[in-house]
Amino acid sequence: MTDPVFGPAPEQAPEPELVQLLTPEGERVHHPGFDTDFTADELRGFYRDMTLVRRLDVEATALQRHGELGLWAQLLGQEAAQIGAGRALAPQDFVFPTYREHGVAWCRGVDPVRLLALFRGVDQGDWDPAEHNFGLYTIVIGAQTLHATGYAMGVQRDGLVGTGDPERDTAVVAHFGDGASSQGDVNEAFVFAASFNAPVVFFCQNNQWAISEPFERQSRIPLYRRSQGFGFPGIRVDGNDVLATYAVTRAALQRARDGQGPILIEAYTYRMGAHTTTDDPTRYRLSDDVEHWKLKDPIARLEVYLRRNGLADDAFLAEVAAEADALGERMRRECHALPDPSTHDLWDFVHAEKTAELAAQQAEYDAHAASFEEVR
Amino acid sequence: MATMTLAKALNAGLRSAMEDDDKVIVMGEDVGALGGVFRITDGLQKDFGDDRVIDTPLAESGIVGTAVGLAMRGYRPVVEIQFDGFVYPAYDQIVCQVAKIHYRSRGKVRIPMVIRIPFGGGIGAVEHHSESPEAQFVHTPGLKVVACSNPADAYAMIQQAIHSDDPVVFLEPKRLYHSTKAEVDESAPPAPLWQSRVVRPGADATLVAYGPTVSTCLDAATVAAEEGRSLEVIDLRTLSPLDLVPVVESVRRTGRLVVVHEAHVTLGLGAEIAARVTEECFHSLEAPVLRVGGFDTPYPPARIEEDFLPDLDRILDAVDRTFGF
Repeated sequence: MTDPVFGPAPEQAPEPELVQLLTPEGERVHHPGFDTDFTADELRGFYRDMTLVRRLDVEATALQRHGELGLWAQLLGQEAAQIGAGRALAPQDFVFPTYREHGVAWCRGVDPVRLLALFRGVDQGDWDPAEHNFGLYTIVIGAQTLHATGYAMGVQRDGLVGTGDPERDTAVVAHFGDGASSQGDVNEAFVFAASFNAPVVFFCQNNQWAISEPFERQSRIPLYRRSQGFGFPGIRVDGNDVLATYAVTRAALQRARDGQGPILIEAYTYRMGAHTTTDDPTRYRLSDDVEHWKLKDPIARLEVYLRRNGLADDAFLAEVAAEADALGERMRRECHALPDPSTHDLWDFVHAEKTAELAAQQAEYDAHAASFEEVR
Repeated sequence: MATMTLAKALNAGLRSAMEDDDKVIVMGEDVGALGGVFRITDGLQKDFGDDRVIDTPLAESGIVGTAVGLAMRGYRPVVEIQFDGFVYPAYDQIVCQVAKIHYRSRGKVRIPMVIRIPFGGGIGAVEHHSESPEAQFVHTPGLKVVACSNPADAYAMIQQAIHSDDPVVFLEPKRLYHSTKAEVDESAPPAPLWQSRVVRPGADATLVAYGPTVSTCLDAATVAAEEGRSLEVIDLRTLSPLDLVPVVESVRRTGRLVVVHEAHVTLGLGAEIAARVTEECFHSLEAPVLRVGGFDTPYPPARIEEDFLPDLDRILDAVDRTFGF
């Protein structure tokens, strides 16, 4: 209903178009703003990435079911959003992930076994962010969006925005989800990024579910429109279309590197699996919904396109399948071989400069542990 | 050698740190043209520019969270939280991120951040402007927490905190910002940051304090001396790590200890100190360790805050009681 004085409520605006370059049926379509040409190698590369990342996810889920991992956060269904966003990066760009960006981690060269280590409980995800330009997995929802914004403010202070040098100009990506969009930190990140015109791309994978809560509980308007209220543009892309996700992210990153400030991308997708391996989606959502989204599968549509256009033959697909099998086998083997951490080391990284108090606690523990050795 | 207030000493210390290292940046609410509501950052933006002295939007989690990102990019942010009671919106970033990132990354990511918090009461302020939240941060592994009590320490300690590769919560006794002046020798080598210090030697009982209560304890010791009782006063300076070496040494001589802070007594620093001193000095103690602090109520309306805060009478009364056992 339109209020005579205040006008229509925003949710009455028509549903927006998605930016889409590849339909669920595998038809290549064109979009005036993002008319990108892809080489056959690029297209096959996307297929390979998505297939391997799906296998990574399936394998990790199986490892959890076998008791080898304490938990796993599945990415099933979000492969295109993550590979598109990950492959659009320049080497110098920096990414701040949530705990589900296994596909982006893959693109940044973080070994999948490092991800398993976190969920197995042998470490807390301690890859070197500076080595991969990929931050630490962040479990508190939305906290990393502020880190990304601050990092982008640092990039500005380093003079690496708008120089025109494609090898130096740097953008930052803040990943988050539809649930996180309600968090204060995400909204504060929008305020800071807008205020300082920081070179940060907010990449929201709207997978429709925050554990059991549907997107409608988080927002009354399409998420990408949130940015308007903060003073920067937003765009919705088909998050199950790797070509569109890649093209939109690449353009947004370039815009940020050029000094034109932040942007919000809403990658419209669906969480096909559970929130994590401890979750049971049958308690809160209809299987019809999941069946509907299966028809929009990101890998299947690209496979149809590749085959129909003679860009991939059986030999290529078999090669990727074999590579996936090898990855799965390596993940199982190396997961089993991950060493448990040593309790002696518990105190070592609390501070950069260890305190005398902690050194004393460590020595006390060592003596306690040694007393049991003597008994044996 | 110059004579300056605690506020001016902090300002001079910040200026010196910014001159020494161009990665040091100051950020917070009103820290730029205004120089901060207490004028601690007065003139810094004029001299170092608004890229290094950043007036932020009014969002404490945003301030600390973006400072984390700046630290990851190689900067050394010095964050001003305008008042103690405003730190809680940033509590998640401080406790879950600032304190844990070095640990989580097994040393690969350092967060050399200083979080300055004007703390304590006695300025006649409205609610949320007079709190003493230090125990919450001392209870958080991964943070270091210090409190200065005088201009010379303020000048040295703020620079040492900025130089530290660990995150430091830096507590400033706002009641003392502009109240007294003292000599500050800018060329003197500073005492190590992580050490407490005997600020008045004595023989009969030990008073332990930090921040605003140090001067109150020194006044109490002066009064006690007139009555023939010799009190030793120790300024903790560092709350995490807690340096109790001088305290233990003192209590072994005096046998009596009173801990004084403005924070609520229950589970305050005094509780931890009492436990540790009991463990270390059990056979030297002539009386239980007593605590004088804020009552276990929210901070009161300003007209009665002096009844809430530890004063000479309550401190000397506690000392008397240690002689009654």
